[in-house]
Amino acid sequence: MKKKKVFKKIHIPESLILDSGKILPEYEIAYETYGKLNKKKSNAILICHALTGDQYCTLKNPVNNKNGWWNKLVGPGKVIDTNFFFVICSNVLGGCMGTTGPESINPETNKSYGLSFPVITINDMVKVQNRLVEALNIKRLFAVVGGSMGGMQALEWAASFGHKVHSVIPIASSYRHSAQNIAFHEIGRQAIMADSDWKRGAYYDTKENPKRGLSVARMIAHITYLSESALQRKFGRNLQNSKFFSFEFETEFQIESYLKHQGISFVERFDANSYLYITKAMDYFDLSIKKGGLTKAFSDKDLSYCFITFSSDWLFPTSETKTIIRSINQSNTKVCFAEIKTDKGHDAFLLDEPNFHSTLKSFITGQKKRLKI
Amino acid sequence: MKKILRNDLQIISSLIKEDEKVLDVGCGNGSLLEYLSKEKNVDCKGIEIELEKMNFCLKKGLSVVQGDANYDLNDFSDNSFSTVILSQTIQATIFPERVIKNLIRIGKRAIISFPNFGFWKVRRDFFFSGKMPKNKILPYEWFDTPNIHLCSVNDFIHLCQKNRIKIIDKVLLNEYGKKIWSKNFLKNLLSYQVIFCVSKK
Repeated sequence: MKKKKVFKKIHIPESLILDSGKILPEYEIAYETYGKLNKKKSNAILICHALTGDQYCTLKNPVNNKNGWWNKLVGPGKVIDTNFFFVICSNVLGGCMGTTGPESINPETNKSYGLSFPVITINDMVKVQNRLVEALNIKRLFAVVGGSMGGMQALEWAASFGHKVHSVIPIASSYRHSAQNIAFHEIGRQAIMADSDWKRGAYYDTKENPKRGLSVARMIAHITYLSESALQRKFGRNLQNSKFFSFEFETEFQIESYLKHQGISFVERFDANSYLYITKAMDYFDLSIKKGGLTKAFSDKDLSYCFITFSSDWLFPTSETKTIIRSINQSNTKVCFAEIKTDKGHDAFLLDEPNFHSTLKSFITGQKKRLKI
Repeated sequence: MKKILRNDLQIISSLIKEDEKVLDVGCGNGSLLEYLSKEKNVDCKGIEIELEKMNFCLKKGLSVVQGDANYDLNDFSDNSFSTVILSQTIQATIFPERVIKNLIRIGKRAIISFPNFGFWKVRRDFFFSGKMPKNKILPYEWFDTPNIHLCSVNDFIHLCQKNRIKIIDKVLLNEYGKKIWSKNFLKNLLSYQVIFCVSKK
């Protein structure tokens, strides 16, 4: 992972008090913007990335030379139209794509933080994003949009900075991480920590990094992003290279090969310590214990919500979002909600899912009209 | 500029006062909600089961959740709306009784409109053909209809009596969408569509 020079960043020379009580003396935010900010500064959309995403939500990602992770949705003439909107996307705190994280240099020791990096929360990530939005001189965002962990950030924006946003669009997300989700994350973390190359997080100066552990973590997580029926449809029990069982332990089924590929390509681009920190941040997330419950947390009347879920998503099932809707219904807040029928599981928010795209587009069009921008 | 509403919706909207808080259950493409929020400054919310119709609502900037009147009304708390509207939908619900009880729980009053199955032409058609009647608002074949719980004006009144539901008002419409006034048995014979305004006792 040698890629430090390319990122566009701002340096914030102020300390940041984290939810843990620890203090980051200073920090950097790596970000990208697409489109132009209008004169009234009323057309800015903040896109929040998921666990392993980054600031390159569209166009070419210069690190892996692939299309941005939301290229299908964001761009000129697309659902989030960069001909009209000014899109901001930043790497989260704790990430490994330029924003301060465990790989960054600790100014006090001149070495990578490693495990001395303080444990962070979704709220800490959002505070950092807010600082970026302030630095860009934007008083109020048109929308905060995100899927999965990005949706958690969007909800945190609503709860903490509701007055700075017009609409919040959490997709395939929840107000909390469930016991099952925490369980899957913990297996991933244990896999990383069991790798002898992890060295309690102090592997940055060594030749090796905990590739095997991180790759296993990714393989486990990847299963949770799909659905049983999608796996069956895509891979079934098909064998990779032969029509006959080999009766050996090499990669044999297509699904094995696919997962292995997911694991291997992931370790090329992601830092194991970042994975530990960000998964932990997701595990800590629970807005129902903040501000005296969900109804209060989401009671800002000037906000419009649009929740979108996917019927086969068992990582962030629709029932979680319905809990939020029920709470919002107690107050006068404007809320829209749709469940998209698909067998693609949690990952559907990243895929070509026309009904999802048309619903999101409809909401954005309506809000544009409502706010007369 | 006033948009032209479906006839029964026009009458429903005339029953809504300014600045009310309204929930439209089965709001379709949102034309009534759009009208109410623009013309009467009504605080509107909607529920719609079909994604495509819901997207029309979203495009209009309306607050609409995808949901099913049979199951999702439980998500709303008691008396959270001044009026809850259910237009031309009750006959398509699986649990009409549960739905009506929920409507008057959520709203201070409920406005419910439906096609009257007691209309004389419906009776005539059934009498002569011996087949399930069809007309402009009931255009489906019996085996392929969303309308699984059709009822007459008298049926509806009976259900209200059974559940101690107060009938505040009713508007009867003839085939041409014109109001008719009738107090006796003729109301069930002559009205083609009917709009009931009900509440808790």
